[in-house]
Amino acid sequence: MGAQKKRAAAAAAAARVSEDPDDLARQPLQAILLADSFTTKFRPITLERPKVLLPLVNVPMINYTLAWLEAAGVAEVFVFCCAHSKQVIDYLENSEWFSQPNFTVKTIESHNIISAGDALRLIYEQNVIHGDFVLISGDTVSNMSLTQALQEHKERKKKDNNAVMTMIIKKSKPSPITRQSRLGTDELFMAIDPNTKQLLYYEDKADHSKGTICLDKMLLAENPSISLHNDKQDCYIDICSPEVLSLFTDNFDYQHLRRHFVKGLLLDDIMGYKIFTHEIHSSYAARIDNYRSYDIVSKDIIQRWTYPYVPDVKFCGNRATKLERRGMYRALEIEQSRSAQVGSFTVIGYGTKIGSNSKISDSVIGEGCTIGSNVLIEGSYIWDNVIIEDGCELRHVIVCDGVIMKAGAVLKPGVVLSFKVVIGERFVVPAYSKVSLLQQPTVHDSDEELEYADNSSGTVEFSSIQGTADQSNGEMTSESSEAHKPKLGTGGVGYIWSICEGGQEEEWRHSVAPIPEDKLTELSEAMDDDQELVTQDRTALSTSGELISDSNASEGDDNEDSKDDSVYFEKEVEATFLRAVEENVKVDHVILEVNSLRLSYNMTSADCAGAVFYSMMKLAIKTPHSSAIGLLTLYPSPFSMVASNAYPIYLSGELQQNTANIITTWQKLLKSYLLEIDEEIEIILKFEEMCLESAKEFSPLFARILHILYDKDILQEDAILRWADEKEGADESDKVFVRQSEKFIQWLREASEEED
Amino acid sequence: MPDIQALVSDLASKLRKRRVQGSYETARLTAELLCAVILQHKEPTTNGAASLIEAVRRVGEQLIAANPVELAVGNIVRHVLHIIREEDLSPLTDIVGELKLSAEDDVEDIAEDENSQKSSATTDGCLLKPPLLLAVFEHLPDSATACQTFSSENIFAGKADKSAKKLKSELIKAVNELIEDINTCREGIAEQAMELIHQNEVILTLGHSKFVKEFLCAAKEKKRSFEVFIADGAPKFEGHILAKELDKKGLKAIVITDSAVFAMISRVNMVIVGVHAVMANGGVIAPAGLHVLALAAKKHDVPFVVVASTHELCSLYPHNLEVLLNEMRCPSELLNFEEFSDCIDYGIASSSSLLHVVNPAFDYVPPELISLFVTDIGGYSPSYIYRLIADYYSSEDLPPQQKPAS
Repeated sequence: MGAQKKRAAAAAAAARVSEDPDDLARQPLQAILLADSFTTKFRPITLERPKVLLPLVNVPMINYTLAWLEAAGVAEVFVFCCAHSKQVIDYLENSEWFSQPNFTVKTIESHNIISAGDALRLIYEQNVIHGDFVLISGDTVSNMSLTQALQEHKERKKKDNNAVMTMIIKKSKPSPITRQSRLGTDELFMAIDPNTKQLLYYEDKADHSKGTICLDKMLLAENPSISLHNDKQDCYIDICSPEVLSLFTDNFDYQHLRRHFVKGLLLDDIMGYKIFTHEIHSSYAARIDNYRSYDIVSKDIIQRWTYPYVPDVKFCGNRATKLERRGMYRALEIEQSRSAQVGSFTVIGYGTKIGSNSKISDSVIGEGCTIGSNVLIEGSYIWDNVIIEDGCELRHVIVCDGVIMKAGAVLKPGVVLSFKVVIGERFVVPAYSKVSLLQQPTVHDSDEELEYADNSSGTVEFSSIQGTADQSNGEMTSESSEAHKPKLGTGGVGYIWSICEGGQEEEWRHSVAPIPEDKLTELSEAMDDDQELVTQDRTALSTSGELISDSNASEGDDNEDSKDDSVYFEKEVEATFLRAVEENVKVDHVILEVNSLRLSYNMTSADCAGAVFYSMMKLAIKTPHSSAIGLLTLYPSPFSMVASNAYPIYLSGELQQNTANIITTWQKLLKSYLLEIDEEIEIILKFEEMCLESAKEFSPLFARILHILYDKDILQEDAILRWADEKEGADESDKVFVRQSEKFIQWLREASEEED
Repeated sequence: MPDIQALVSDLASKLRKRRVQGSYETARLTAELLCAVILQHKEPTTNGAASLIEAVRRVGEQLIAANPVELAVGNIVRHVLHIIREEDLSPLTDIVGELKLSAEDDVEDIAEDENSQKSSATTDGCLLKPPLLLAVFEHLPDSATACQTFSSENIFAGKADKSAKKLKSELIKAVNELIEDINTCREGIAEQAMELIHQNEVILTLGHSKFVKEFLCAAKEKKRSFEVFIADGAPKFEGHILAKELDKKGLKAIVITDSAVFAMISRVNMVIVGVHAVMANGGVIAPAGLHVLALAAKKHDVPFVVVASTHELCSLYPHNLEVLLNEMRCPSELLNFEEFSDCIDYGIASSSSLLHVVNPAFDYVPPELISLFVTDIGGYSPSYIYRLIADYYSSEDLPPQQKPAS
């Protein structure tokens, strides 16, 4: 008895010992810093210099992130460099970061990485991360203390091995009018368990026009309480367990940290991995994601919200700057004319000269700039060694290194001048234009656009941007419609990029310039209209987070939007499928790819089934049946439309054969989406629709192919019968195909009766 | 033996990043660092003291530039320089002994005076000492420069090597004494508590100062019974911490807001506060809010007592203080960023942010408002501070340090 007890005690002691070294020899905290945002929002500037080296209040952004990591107790940082990796590495080598005690910075370089997911997979392969790590991108400014969040993460991890990530969030109300946060990011919806702080739902691309968001009802069924927020800001600071890296490796289709990884983890409940949130209150954290957040974070820094990372504290070997009254920061050796008026909340860099009667307010001026007399600078960011001649006007613009503005030039709000551009005398650069020495890449590099390939909202709004651009600035569009010629006034050097590049968000949303008032009134009027509709509906409440079922979206454009979405989705699925056929990809892999598309478009499996079926049928048509007549079907439109009724029977026979073959080959793919009878009905409806619209070749074959599908066990008789029943009451025109397959249905009915 | 430069840059970066704050902490670290500098300094065969001075000054400049607001750093650097100069004199005077009678006498007198002054202050608890031996002090700059010329001329090269070693060991001893002084300054101050705090008095203080805490506790330990009003010291509300600590010691503490000091001052017998730095004119740089308290005390003729240690003595004169020697701290100490984030939205043209937050760390209290300084070497009136500074720092060290840090 005693011996037993002793042994138990010894075992307990051993267990404690084995636990203790774990605690004692705790891994020094590591961090992965992504020195590439894998986006193109800062173009054209980022064509010449990586985003992390862009000066933020005269200090390259990466310094804020590194300084914070060091202060937060991180011992080792892996800086992942991709775009312009040489510049980043050179910069770090010349900085003091490599020579810090107790803080090591290591760089990992790669040139063919196109997403954060790939980067993390590469880091996983290198096997350098041994414990919990902080995942952050090199454009994050924060002064929060990590201790508490880290401790919470560790404790959770001890209790539940599936708690792999803690995401730092911060309260930030989005504007009800523009539907974006003050940092210019889209309104973010999060569902969080108020007790455990577990993240249950994450949606940063919600469809605002609808005023509704859809939650899986399982979410409500499984969680006793759930709080839905639209006033949280994602700080893009994550504390991750090492499992995160292996998750990225396992799911090779995860690219984007949020859109794929977080959403994927939340939707996929097989593995049961959980993400938690940690909300910070008084301390600061923000990521510079676009020009607007560049502007806002700069101002927050000047207002000292990021203390101690402020200009007059030398946190990273930056030049000494003195804070004077009214929030004026001045470096040394500034030559300023007595009559120059430097207003409040302005930063002026080392060795800058300011001429007489110039007015500067709310701006950041870099080092070694020369500013002439009678210049007006308001809310602008002027980087180093810029020459601004007499009488120029700059309002809410970004001017990069080495730019020369000849006398009398004017920059309208929102302009971005990239490196070494020269603006001619008295030239007026129109609002929101981007000027660079490099020509705008005309063909979009599909790799770099990858992050936005699935950005559905952008493409929807494409037409409206064009509209507003036309309205707001006639001369601009007339200019940008011309070919890329330097036309920046006499002596000007550079190209004006055309405005709706890549069909992204409307320019004013993400520009450095504040949102113009007329835009706001326009939007709020539109919103009032919406709200009227909503109140008529009596069901939808736009922001309060009330849950509404998807069905009552009564407004016209909503349907259009979702239709657009599904059209894109179908196209993607079709492309995927065709590629799979061509390259002979395994069925399992195709399923995986289609699944990821489904997640990113937020589609149901019925949609998937429809889309897959659609692509299969398309393929059946495209496959040449017999050499002569096959040609005809490759150019189907006018001919087949006329001829479809009198289609030669031998051709249909071959088409039927083709269809049967394809269905046999790919039935596994199709079946993986046919979980319930609804999906099967969806397929029949889809088929019917195709026969009527896009692929009339099939119309004579409808009944036969239905039969084939039944034979291959893709469709069950219940589904076919229910479809027939549903169609009973429909118009005569809708019943064409029911009639056609009447015999088959009859046969099915009899068969089932016999069974009974 | 760790590399000196690494140690220096380590402390400098700590100061830069505001990891080390507060005059006591910075003073201690600076003194320890300078001790290491002296210890590891490889002296050239000739002119040891001058090169040592140069080395210490270089290190000092780096440290001061790191955070000019922490005045204690500069104070310690200057004091160490002063010690080196003093020590440099004494061996030489030994050698020149008979030749330089008058100078030697003066110097030794000064050394003795200093010692006696310290000991008398601490042991006798003698307050408000009259200006001591003014005549001797008057001679100080002259004799120092005289001997300086001697050392630089280095006539006695034969004995230089020996004297250099001796100088170094003397210096280490002196700097260690300084570190010891810094470590024990609180006790030195606290010993005078009994003289100042009387039975059943009401004391008012603001925020949290370790000196004040020790001072009050020392009085309590000697069975004085009194009560303490604590103004909470917005925005950090460190007064709450002090209240807790005093409660543990069994002292009756009453917490009030900063804005209530004027209402309370009429019931108060004495105001005791700790400060950030004592300026050469007898004014002090103190946590924000103290100026108001000082004015209130003046209005009601309540004694305003500042407890400060000698390492807080700063040789600078207050000039454009709000700008040059103030620290604008994080506005989130005042306002919760998230609650005001929609007010602080610069993104909308029509409502560009009008809300700004200013959070200065320090106030300047002019000498007229201060009744008494209680230091570890005794109590002094503000008008006497400049004399203490002459005792502690050599005049040669003042000009280069006064330049704004670059």
